[in-house]
Amino acid sequence: MNEWNNEIVVEIFPAMWQGFIVVLQVTLVAGLIAVLLGLLVAVGLRIGPPWLRRVLSAVFQFIRNTPLLVQVLFVWTATSYYINPEWSAFAVGSAVLGVHYASYTMESYRAGIEAIPVGQWEAATALSLPTHRVWGAIVLPQMLRRSAAAVANWIIAMFKEVPTLFVIGVLEMIAQAQKYQGQHYDGAVEGYTIAGILFLAASYPVAVAARRLENRLAKSNF
Amino acid sequence: MDFQEVVDSLPRYAEPLLVTVQVTLASAALALVVAFALGLMTSSKRLAVRTPARAFVEFFRGSSVVVQLFWFAFAMPVVLGIQFDYAIIAGIIALGLNYGAYCSEVVRGAIAAVPPGQLEASLAVNFTPFQRLRLVVLPQAWPEMIPSLCAFAIMLLKASALVSLISVTDLTAMAGLIGGQNGGQNLLAHYGLILVIYFVLAWLIWTGMRALERRAKRGIGIDAKPVKGRLTPAVAEKGLA
Repeated sequence: MNEWNNEIVVEIFPAMWQGFIVVLQVTLVAGLIAVLLGLLVAVGLRIGPPWLRRVLSAVFQFIRNTPLLVQVLFVWTATSYYINPEWSAFAVGSAVLGVHYASYTMESYRAGIEAIPVGQWEAATALSLPTHRVWGAIVLPQMLRRSAAAVANWIIAMFKEVPTLFVIGVLEMIAQAQKYQGQHYDGAVEGYTIAGILFLAASYPVAVAARRLENRLAKSNF
Repeated sequence: MDFQEVVDSLPRYAEPLLVTVQVTLASAALALVVAFALGLMTSSKRLAVRTPARAFVEFFRGSSVVVQLFWFAFAMPVVLGIQFDYAIIAGIIALGLNYGAYCSEVVRGAIAAVPPGQLEASLAVNFTPFQRLRLVVLPQAWPEMIPSLCAFAIMLLKASALVSLISVTDLTAMAGLIGGQNGGQNLLAHYGLILVIYFVLAWLIWTGMRALERRAKRGIGIDAKPVKGRLTPAVAEKGLA
């Protein structure tokens, strides 16, 4: 163990960068799942039959209130022991992360749906529009604008939770730093610091953009 | 799967449960102090007070909590020469600072939402800044904060599972330990068991915070009507901002 060492930084950086690319890939896959599944569930909670609503809301409440880490371990154990050991950690991890954050985005979509004035629903009924037109032409366009910033904030939060997946062997930044430490008995400081800086560098500009979007949408009266 | 074995191992979860509760409570206390300090600082009119607090908040919100945890546990002892006797302290500090930074935004937002007329009135009756804060601003801002703080308290409970990664024996670590015996044939059942325990703990936090919110709102003469089983409205509308 010794002080900060610039040579180690140069040596470890390519591995950390590789880890960072993996983080971005996971974010892309899990983000797509979170955005689409959340929307699907939010709509399902609105128009599904009563039993489906009850099941969906119970399941997603459970997912939202239990730790991601344990969920990842649980599902990984289930797939590798009982379902199919061939499934990769990347695929399983991204799926769990995506579903976990769908339980949050779903709430933001729901808040967006509930913010739509009652008059809009009444007008749609008065015109006797079919369900797909009510949602496609009236509800979704208004609701997506209202929820966009919140969902973006959840995706940023998700991006920063990707390192959790190293427990099942996804080779992201923490895993790369530990791999390097295992080979060289050094590099803890450099590895974790680089990981933090990369996260900061990637998430801060996006967070600022999301805040701008939020302010702009709040100002425009729609 | 042998469910009898799972039931028999229940007593072994008592101590790890206490560890999880300790980590959650201690880091929540730290987070609350940090949140109020930073929230008041970022609400300040003076640039010299606001800027360092803003930088601190953006730094802790921007870099991942998992990375911060590893940094506090493994990198800080090397860089700063500070070595904690127990890994649990590094965990509490990392979680407390990270969630404190997030919650400071809640505090700032609630303070900003106090009607300006209230501040003008307190100026008119010649309150000192401290009186203004203690008697006018905080009593009105506090009930507004509770639902969002509740959401963060539950997220903090969930994040407390991460301390198992820096070799603290909490619920998550214990499940891996007990479940890993006999070739891991009961691993899935053990993970399932602690998922349920975490859910019950989250439900307890939620119930407690709801009672707290009702009391705080009654204190300023408002009725509280939270909706059961949903993410608190403010957090649902804004996301983790």
